[in-house]
Amino acid sequence: MSAAQRSAALRAHRGPVLLALPTIVFLLVLFAIPVARLMLLSVETGTLEPYEKALTDPLYLKVLLDTGKIALIVTVLCFMLGYPVAYFLTVAPRAWQVVGLFCLLMPFWTSILVRTYAWMVLLGRRGVVSETLLSLGIIDAPMTFLHSLPAVLVGMVHVLLPYLVFPVYAVMQRIDPNLMQAAHGLGAPGWRAFWRVYFPLTMPGVLSGASLVFILSMGFFITPVLLGGGRVMMIAVLIEQQVREFLNWEFAGALSATLLVFTLCVYAAFRRLMGADRQLV
Amino acid sequence: MNTGTPIMRTVLYAWSGIVFLFLMLPIFIVFPISFSSARYLRFPPPGFSLKWYQAYLNDPAWMAATETSIKVAIGTTVLATLLGTMTAFSLVRGRYPGKSWVDRLVTAPIIVPNIIIAIAIYGLFAQFRLIGNWLGVMIGHTIYAIPFVVLVVGAALRTFDPAQEQAAMGLGASRLTAVWRVTLPQLRPAIVSAAFLAFITSFDELIIAMFLSGSNSTLPKKMFENIIMEIDPTISAVSVLQILLVGIVLFLASRFGAGINPVKT
Repeated sequence: MSAAQRSAALRAHRGPVLLALPTIVFLLVLFAIPVARLMLLSVETGTLEPYEKALTDPLYLKVLLDTGKIALIVTVLCFMLGYPVAYFLTVAPRAWQVVGLFCLLMPFWTSILVRTYAWMVLLGRRGVVSETLLSLGIIDAPMTFLHSLPAVLVGMVHVLLPYLVFPVYAVMQRIDPNLMQAAHGLGAPGWRAFWRVYFPLTMPGVLSGASLVFILSMGFFITPVLLGGGRVMMIAVLIEQQVREFLNWEFAGALSATLLVFTLCVYAAFRRLMGADRQLV
Repeated sequence: MNTGTPIMRTVLYAWSGIVFLFLMLPIFIVFPISFSSARYLRFPPPGFSLKWYQAYLNDPAWMAATETSIKVAIGTTVLATLLGTMTAFSLVRGRYPGKSWVDRLVTAPIIVPNIIIAIAIYGLFAQFRLIGNWLGVMIGHTIYAIPFVVLVVGAALRTFDPAQEQAAMGLGASRLTAVWRVTLPQLRPAIVSAAFLAFITSFDELIIAMFLSGSNSTLPKKMFENIIMEIDPTISAVSVLQILLVGIVLFLASRFGAGINPVKT
């Protein structure tokens, strides 16, 4: 392209900024500014006390750490369950692939609320799990599995698993199967070819899936409320409580800022690992 | 492709089978319970009945919530698809300073947890007495749905060859006509998919609706309140209907759109 052509092309491309203008105004006024104001509420009133409370009070610090811990466990569980499934989808015969994708997509598109409700039915005192264990003689009185950390983990992994499988699967599909053959041909045993050749190639998918799962876990609300029943406290639940029950907007703002900064750090770390040209979703 | 030893293959298949079962379990369970004749949740159900579907259809509160949800979802679909498609054009075709910031602003609602979006707009709308108005919920859902539309339409637009548009313009069409007659028809599958995606996103959303809908509950909010108060099989009937609705939407999307495939986006 000559310089003249390039400048003509540039001029033609400048118009599109107007197309984004309605969205920019919409999101600035109704999203970015309200979120920023929420976080600066305490600063406006001239005190940083809510921030201090959020970051130093052991009670709230524990909620923050617990949230991080839960997000980490969920991410690891999703990886352990999801990575082999993504591999299965890549190598299985066509018919199995279709069945597998259906099993991933069907729950993926079902509302989180519906699925959480189903887990309550499954894990409750008179639920399927309790009744089954009872009839097998493993437990001798009906018991509930609800209102516990494992229940929350089950619910969260169920919601987030597809977010790990899809990016990993997408990457695996693009890997040339001949690479593994070549590694075999050069004398590497199966597991070694897998760890040294195949696994590193799937890392972009793993990283993108895992960071997505981690980021989404941090903000979880419905599952901890319904399956944790007050015994599992996560930061989103705490924020909701502060606004709804205590009308403590300044503190809710400080907690929101903490959650957001943490989320953005994970996101930024991921972008750095992947190189800036990749998109998360 | 070499999948290793037969033992490894068996382990892989068994493991995947268990995970698929785990994924489908909640969906399998909701169906029989919605047809149960028992007042309390019992599994397996003692008898067959349609009374929970009747309970849903005859309850004005459930009906009002359904109506609100549909109104909000349709409004969100129209607004988010319109704004999102225009923005996708701007981001893919435009070259202007600050574009990366526009990109960040537009994708931010995916990264920012819903609870933060919800209380931030709640604070704003409370000042303007917009709580309890379905338009408020619609605006909240649109914020959340715009990034999905931009991603889906943007991805399709990136694979579209602008030379086709230039050819139309070379033959005497104005830019607007060229976009309208040449580009948009080819993007239609992606736009339709994005619209369905926006619809489902809004129809299933709870947290924003919880804060903004006030006494004018959406379906998820009504379900949430019922679950908190008491577990009653009416919710499973509503769940089944919701699963069916999403199924229909997905079918329509794959029939008339480019499908809603999260692998490709």
